[in-house]
Amino acid sequence: MRLNERYLNAVMIVGLLALPLWAVVADQPFTITLVTRAVILALAAVGLNIILGIGGMVSFGHAVFFGIGGYAMGILAYHAQTYTALDLGLFSMDGTKSMPMIWLVAMILSAIVAVFIGLLSLRTSGVYFIMITLAFGQMFFYFAISWAQYGGEDGLSIYVRNDFPGLNTLAPIQFYTICFTLLCVVLFLFARLQASPFGLALNAARQTSVRVETVGLNPMQLKLLAFVISGAITGLAGALFADLNRFVSPTMFSWQLSGELIVLIIIGGVGRLMGPVIGACVFVALEHFLGELTDFWHVYLGLVLLCIVLFGRGGLTGLLTGKEGAHV
Amino acid sequence: MSSILIIEQILNGLQFGVMLFLMAAGLTLIFGVMGLINLAHGSLYMVGAFAAAAVAGATGSFLLALVAALAAAALAGAIVEMAVIRRLYNAPHLDQVLATFALILIFSEGTRWVFGSFPLFLDIPDALSGPVTLPGGIEYPLYRLTLIGIGLAVAVGLWALIERTRLGIQIRAGENDREMIAALGVDISKLYTLVFALGAALAGLAGALVGAIQSVQVGMGEPVLILAFVVIVIGGIGSVRGAFVGALLVGLTDTLGGVFLPELFKLFMETGAAQKSGSALASMGIYVLMGLVLIWRPTGLFGARA
Repeated sequence: MRLNERYLNAVMIVGLLALPLWAVVADQPFTITLVTRAVILALAAVGLNIILGIGGMVSFGHAVFFGIGGYAMGILAYHAQTYTALDLGLFSMDGTKSMPMIWLVAMILSAIVAVFIGLLSLRTSGVYFIMITLAFGQMFFYFAISWAQYGGEDGLSIYVRNDFPGLNTLAPIQFYTICFTLLCVVLFLFARLQASPFGLALNAARQTSVRVETVGLNPMQLKLLAFVISGAITGLAGALFADLNRFVSPTMFSWQLSGELIVLIIIGGVGRLMGPVIGACVFVALEHFLGELTDFWHVYLGLVLLCIVLFGRGGLTGLLTGKEGAHV
Repeated sequence: MSSILIIEQILNGLQFGVMLFLMAAGLTLIFGVMGLINLAHGSLYMVGAFAAAAVAGATGSFLLALVAALAAAALAGAIVEMAVIRRLYNAPHLDQVLATFALILIFSEGTRWVFGSFPLFLDIPDALSGPVTLPGGIEYPLYRLTLIGIGLAVAVGLWALIERTRLGIQIRAGENDREMIAALGVDISKLYTLVFALGAALAGLAGALVGAIQSVQVGMGEPVLILAFVVIVIGGIGSVRGAFVGALLVGLTDTLGGVFLPELFKLFMETGAAQKSGSALASMGIYVLMGLVLIWRPTGLFGARA
């Protein structure tokens, strides 16, 4: 069977619309929560896909941004629910329960951190880049564990989901609508970015950095900008993820999570528009159904992954469309 | 703060460092010779610890347990190399990371399947338990001192193996030019399996030795694996000498930082806050160290110039 990739993408979008609607009609709120989880993970992975898929940078520490987003939500909402001021040294501010405000803070913080991590880690490449990003992830992980003020190892619980003007975010389908809309916006941005001069230059920098330099572009600048955009998107996903669970903990910074984000992209197809979305849906479905069958579902996930890496080039998208690479 | 405490902490740091070296040496050899990032190295550490705990539980002999750890880890390493890793040598780093990530999942859950979720315990042998008095009147656990000795002995042995034996010449040649030594009649795929099994055996040994001071449980390998990565990034990937220096640096920074940073902060902060920020900074200390080394030398202390 050979599908057109556009057709496959459309099927995914329609599926992500239809499944929750069916769940509302059939009164299956848990299904909506599952799909919401998949959509948020997909959002984080789309962020990673910008640098991994287009830019060829294997960041093994993207959980940093996911965690920053999560903690931005956790800390702001914590101060709002305890009516305490957030002391920032020079000035203090009140916490907030407003989602758009939280998203903004999460994205700005992630972007700032991405500038620093990017400046340091983009000096290296290949294995060194993988390992230095991994180490940054661990650094934040241990920092979060020892940050006793915000729960340390136990994390922070938020009693009520944050507000979005005009919507009741406690209704699963309404919260899902927010997440799905954001995913669509980010997917649109990804498609535009991939086709833009910036995206083309970034793609070229992945293939031959020297040639990009010769035509007068600065590969380091291109990569840094991509890294920052990518970090901000993953940070946004982190804030949503924390809101979904109403809980943040240092596990949002864990290196397993960084690994899982890469896994999502590989399952779906590297550098494909909908690769992360397909990957996230398959991952969440595997996690749920295999997890019901056996406690040891990670063994099977491992085997599936191994098969994809060894035999299936191009992930599921490649398998279904018969095209191995996204860049052919 | 007494000088006895300082010496004790330095010894603790050394002990931690040489155990990290056992892990990092295998990782760096495998990267240097085969160009492979092996995330599953921590799983081999775990395999060693579990094999040791199982054999020690059945026979009561610590020596047999160590032999079992070496054998089990080397065997697991050889099997994994022949079944999976061999197909990844020419693959991009991303595929290597993923395939070995998948191996971690399989090893961890498989071990949980066989041994259950509860930690096992491996006892320090009687002959090595209890403290020993060092010159200067310092009491120090004999077992930890033995670990330092074993670690240094392995370091010397590895140096001799690489610099002084025929196999070592082949390993070094493999790092430089694999086509050439294949053309000279060395069975390259056998050499690769051997190097991988050697690295695995070192990881298994470290797992068994450390397993006696900590508990033996699923997931014990990953924190050590990440520290070992930090070690080889600091030392320069592919350099065994770099791994040794890096391991000692990381071991000492981590141990001494945890003790002395809170003390240092107390000089200009109140006690409670100093304790908190000191230990927070200490837990990040080695990553800060790594960042600084990479700013100074992007390929590590002993890495090849890019």
